[in-house]
Amino acid sequence: MSTQVSSGMQLGTAGVEEVLDGGTPARPRRRSAQSRRPSPRRVAVRTLLNIAALIVFLCSVFPVYWMVNMALTPSNQIISRTPSFFPFEATFRNFVTAWSREAAPGQTDFPHALISTMTVTGGVLVVTLLFAFLASVAVARFHFGGRRGFIVSVLIVQMIPGEAMMFTIYGMIDDWRLMNTLLGLGIVYTATVIPFTIWTLRGFVAGVPADLEEAAMIDGCTKTQAFWRVTFPLLAPGLVSTGIFAFIQAWNEFTMALLLMKGYNLTLMPWLNSFQSATEATNWGAVMAGSTLIAIPVVIFFLFVQGRMTGGLVSGAVKG
Amino acid sequence: MTATIAPPDAAPTRPSRRSAPARSRTQRREARNGWALLSPSVIILAVMVGYPAGVMIYQSFTDYSVKNKVQGTWPNFVGFDNYIEVFTASQFPDVLVRSLGLMVAMTAFIVFFGVLIAVLMTRLSRTWRITVSVGLLLAWAMPPLAATVVWGWIFDTKYGVVNYLLNTITGTSDFTNHSWLENPWTFFVVLTIIVVWQGIPFVAFTTYAALGQVPGEVLEASSLDGATGLKRFRLVVFPYLRSVLTVVLVLQIIWNLRIFTQVYALQSRGGIASETNVLGTYLFRQGVGEFGITSAIGVVMVVLLLVLSWGYVRTTLKEEEL
Repeated sequence: MSTQVSSGMQLGTAGVEEVLDGGTPARPRRRSAQSRRPSPRRVAVRTLLNIAALIVFLCSVFPVYWMVNMALTPSNQIISRTPSFFPFEATFRNFVTAWSREAAPGQTDFPHALISTMTVTGGVLVVTLLFAFLASVAVARFHFGGRRGFIVSVLIVQMIPGEAMMFTIYGMIDDWRLMNTLLGLGIVYTATVIPFTIWTLRGFVAGVPADLEEAAMIDGCTKTQAFWRVTFPLLAPGLVSTGIFAFIQAWNEFTMALLLMKGYNLTLMPWLNSFQSATEATNWGAVMAGSTLIAIPVVIFFLFVQGRMTGGLVSGAVKG
Repeated sequence: MTATIAPPDAAPTRPSRRSAPARSRTQRREARNGWALLSPSVIILAVMVGYPAGVMIYQSFTDYSVKNKVQGTWPNFVGFDNYIEVFTASQFPDVLVRSLGLMVAMTAFIVFFGVLIAVLMTRLSRTWRITVSVGLLLAWAMPPLAATVVWGWIFDTKYGVVNYLLNTITGTSDFTNHSWLENPWTFFVVLTIIVVWQGIPFVAFTTYAALGQVPGEVLEASSLDGATGLKRFRLVVFPYLRSVLTVVLVLQIIWNLRIFTQVYALQSRGGIASETNVLGTYLFRQGVGEFGITSAIGVVMVVLLLVLSWGYVRTTLKEEEL
């Protein structure tokens, strides 16, 4: 049995669901009298392992905890030589400030940036899912010359860093008079997100046995009807999770947003960056509150799809 | 990952009972429909990736600059001048070496700790395993920029918790107003911590899943044969992990070589850009203007990453049996 990096349906294996289901790697466990009455050595090993686990947990969680803690701490206590480890005097004033203040003079505030980001993200989501869905069906269900070539191109495009072409793309967007517009940014994002989406959706489509469609066709459906009635409903989870990938990527993207957007059209990431870099006057409580607000949707969505994310990333490969 | 039955592709396995001309007609229809479905994606990729890639290669051999753009004049063809300039008369070689060095360090830490944590997870009780995974998930889910902002605050010169803790631990005030970002070396330490912190969960979860594929009987047999600890891991477990680890390793190499967000955000918190630039930020800080030079840098980056990702593309194609 070889370990195989394979298509989407089978990929939802690596995440917390499995951990929660107790899907431990099967391990030989000898249930002898010995194991029921643990030896001192065993207890020591167990304790060490648990301490290691605790350290891993604390190291992973601490920055996230610190962000929320600082966001809730009143600003006069944040700027203190002795940090407050618990938000005893929790306040939401930092969130109010983050919500209402401009990032820098002439630059947008949180609500505008949020609307811009949601507009771009929403647009990218719809267009990407539609285009990628069509392409993945073609790749997984049709057989034609150039199919393999297309897949290879998609894989290669994923690996080409968009950052390398940033100024060429900048020049192009400028030529098209799309500089500093959500449409321009959206087009750039769509091209970035689409290869991964095609690749992941392809896995989902291929994971639905074609036999099901053929059975429906024997029952009198046309090929198209069979697809829409049988295969498509089974693809819904795939569409949702690839949609969430696309969402997270567009939400987190920073480089092109920094390069293409200005002033009131800033999206959330460049907003956060300007918000923190206005050195002296920076209100750190508000910066932490802003970071928290930006992270919340990603964390929530991420928890839904992280199982598939691992598999999808191994076979699809992108990083926010 | 999971051992799976590779899903059979619909079309090729279907036995065709039709006559030759009919078959070729079906084939032609499949091709037409297939390409019709592909066309939106093909168009956007051609326009937004293919075309700029071509333009970039062309511009890298010219002295195209903002002046040409504004005046609408054609640039001069300068051959390899841009490349020669980039490699001899700029900071690019330093930046390249720095990027590669950081990439090696980050990748090594991420893969080492990721695998270690995955192995740890297999030996924990359910409660502890869930605790660890929740922590890892949170670290993983943080948007990179937000994570960098928070870490920047943790390492803040005046009010950072790290300086406070170090003062408390050492019982001195040596770390009061200690700036971590000003010195390029400690800047890279902070940077590496951030990237490794966010990179480990992916490796840990992937490896954990792969470890689940090692059949219990094999482990049992090997332990009956007297293989223990590291030996068992190397001889019995590792072969099951190899393919997954290869992909993970290649991905880490690529991702760590193209980091941008973390470096840029830390630089705006007090790093000295000229001494801490990596490929992405170096290119970004070239600014709009000398399109010829920036194109040459971009071409070098793309070639480098394509060479590195070739292994990934090949492995993927082989494993997917397309």
